[in-house]
Amino acid sequence: MSAPPSGGAATAASVAAAGRGDALLTVSGLQKHFPVMRGVVFRHKVGAVQAVDDLNFTVASGETLGLVGESGCGKTTTGRLLTRLLEPTAGQIVFDGHDITHLRSGQMRPLRRDIQMIFQDPYSSLNPRHTVGSIVGAPYRLQRVKPARGVKRSVQDLLELVGLNPEHYNRYPHEFSGGQRQRIGIARTLALRPKLIVADEPVSALDVSIQAQVINLLEDLQDELGLTYVVIAHDLSVVRHIADRVAVMYLGKIVELASGAQLYRTPRHPYTVALLSAVPSPDPGSRGRRKRIRLAGDVPSPLNPPPACRFHTRCWKAQEICRTTEPPLAELAPGHMAACHFPEDVSISALRPV
Amino acid sequence: MAHGEPDETGDAMMAPDAPPFAGMTSAAPSDLLEVRDLHIHFPTADGLVKAVDGLSFHLDRGQTLGIVGESGSGKSVTSLGILGLHEGTNARITGEIWLDGEELVSTSTARIRQLRGNKVSMIFQDPLSSLHPYYSVGDQIMEAYRIHNDVSKNAARTHTIELLDRVGIPQAATRVDDYPHQFSGGMRQRVMIAMALSCDPELLIADEPTTALDVTVQAQILDLISELQAEFGSAVIIITHDLGVVAELADDVLVMYAGKAVEYGSADDIFAQPEHPYTWGLLGSMPRLDREREERLIPIKGTPPSLINVPSGCAFHPRCAYADRTGGRSTDEVPPLRETADGHLSACHLTISERHKTWTADIKPLVEGTSPFDASQEPGGGVT
Repeated sequence: MSAPPSGGAATAASVAAAGRGDALLTVSGLQKHFPVMRGVVFRHKVGAVQAVDDLNFTVASGETLGLVGESGCGKTTTGRLLTRLLEPTAGQIVFDGHDITHLRSGQMRPLRRDIQMIFQDPYSSLNPRHTVGSIVGAPYRLQRVKPARGVKRSVQDLLELVGLNPEHYNRYPHEFSGGQRQRIGIARTLALRPKLIVADEPVSALDVSIQAQVINLLEDLQDELGLTYVVIAHDLSVVRHIADRVAVMYLGKIVELASGAQLYRTPRHPYTVALLSAVPSPDPGSRGRRKRIRLAGDVPSPLNPPPACRFHTRCWKAQEICRTTEPPLAELAPGHMAACHFPEDVSISALRPV
Repeated sequence: MAHGEPDETGDAMMAPDAPPFAGMTSAAPSDLLEVRDLHIHFPTADGLVKAVDGLSFHLDRGQTLGIVGESGSGKSVTSLGILGLHEGTNARITGEIWLDGEELVSTSTARIRQLRGNKVSMIFQDPLSSLHPYYSVGDQIMEAYRIHNDVSKNAARTHTIELLDRVGIPQAATRVDDYPHQFSGGMRQRVMIAMALSCDPELLIADEPTTALDVTVQAQILDLISELQAEFGSAVIIITHDLGVVAELADDVLVMYAGKAVEYGSADDIFAQPEHPYTWGLLGSMPRLDREREERLIPIKGTPPSLINVPSGCAFHPRCAYADRTGGRSTDEVPPLRETADGHLSACHLTISERHKTWTADIKPLVEGTSPFDASQEPGGGVT
């Protein structure tokens, strides 16, 4: 889609989001290409991995946006662009009225109080040689913030907030289980009372019973502290549970963006339909009665993505126009956008007889 | 079970309190695989790790058993035990594993090597780390095939190409010479499946075969496994933490907790009327796409126990919301795995009527919620 942020579909998204509050984060035309270099003496660019291409979306204050897609679709790159851990190739990111697209790291530092990240792997994201107290208290040190009640008390309050024993202040990460470590990571994220939290696969490394505990915790914290989340996950059921609006990504593009209820009930993009139909259902009775759409082959390489609609190589509805003209992300119903020439119009119940 | 195990159910019904399989002595069983009272313990500096502690199950040809549980519940240790892969570790294994009339725990290493990859084979979780990066995939598949079959290199190569083609790898004749890094994750898992099937095994163990894969690829691999099972008639054990995968593939389900079976029965029974509070917890923890969005998940409190200091009595009691209803028995007594309905076994101190009542009144409405498609359902339809 080439519409500028002020016109067309992007406005529709802002309008849809504005119902819940002001846009805290506005992303327009966001692009990230990683150059592929060859040669030792004469290094030259031979191509680019088009990890993220022309993303437009807004996140309203207090809402949760879910980003779903398969590996390699650019969802993690998007998360890193939003937190400015990566430098965007093109486009604009406006956070809370500030254009943060090309801020240098020094200029970004004060804003890092407001934008924090939860990482996927609770084993590699905590320094094994630091105590819990020092890990959770690190944001205060780095930002030179002196909490009113002192660092130690504040850290203990945070540990209590995420459901850990505050007396475990002096323990090391290896003394905790995976779910508890993820709670430590969340406590660290919350230390500076951020406005926006980007959570990259916050529960995918956890067992199912622990996963539910952490999801509930994230929801409670959102209610309590008025947080705004961007949750990146590959698990469609987790995203449905936690997100208000959901963006489905395929090969670096958003192919569908809608409220959770709309997206999971009446998916419009064939890729979303295929994704939903592929999730195994914990109900042996439905076995054999469900129509599963089997996508052929693998996701094409983002180094050389298919022209026009990037999904046409695997789509069962593809026609000539899909190979020549890129479908815009258009609003098909209020707040429901999909980028497809031949959007689906079936209720998902046809796929999941219950 | 739903598909019938007449001699065994008859036995158990006469003596419902007897531990399962107690009526059977060490005579060779009729099923393809029967595991009896398996214990796999690892002595460590910190104490004895009871990874598997008194596990019994059986599986016949053409059937699929799903083993579910959280990490550390002993699922993988059990499957490695069946393959004899604890050889060379300090594992202490007792009990019996019968495969097609042959007892494996007491058999020689040489005999296990003949069976492994031939009669029993395994698909591992992570295809990238289980394939050797230095050899072409064709060489790796041919190696297993030629060890167990006296065939020429050419014949093995032809067989390998057929297999790769069968598991859905395009241009198998050229890709047979490619190396693992040239394949995508889903394609690598297909290579693993081709390798596992190379000797037409009677028992295929798939340890989290789709955990590392994306959902659309997972669907392809699950379809492939069930197609191949129908074609080759093998028995399949699928080990997973994903109840959705189990519901999709398994005929029988074994739910493990802290090295023990807590519930065992047909998939239809276990999903329709689970009898163990741990199974309820697993179902309640899962956000489900086939139901209306739930406001809140119902997690299991606490964390899985250490296998060195397993809680006394019922190992699940510190996390169980109903432990106080057993009058202290759950902390003192290990609940036996008892048959509560035809072919449905569970290990819990609560009376079966109390559990049925709790499930129907308290848990089921929360776990299953309302179906989003009630309006569109034809009368009389619905989940049974």
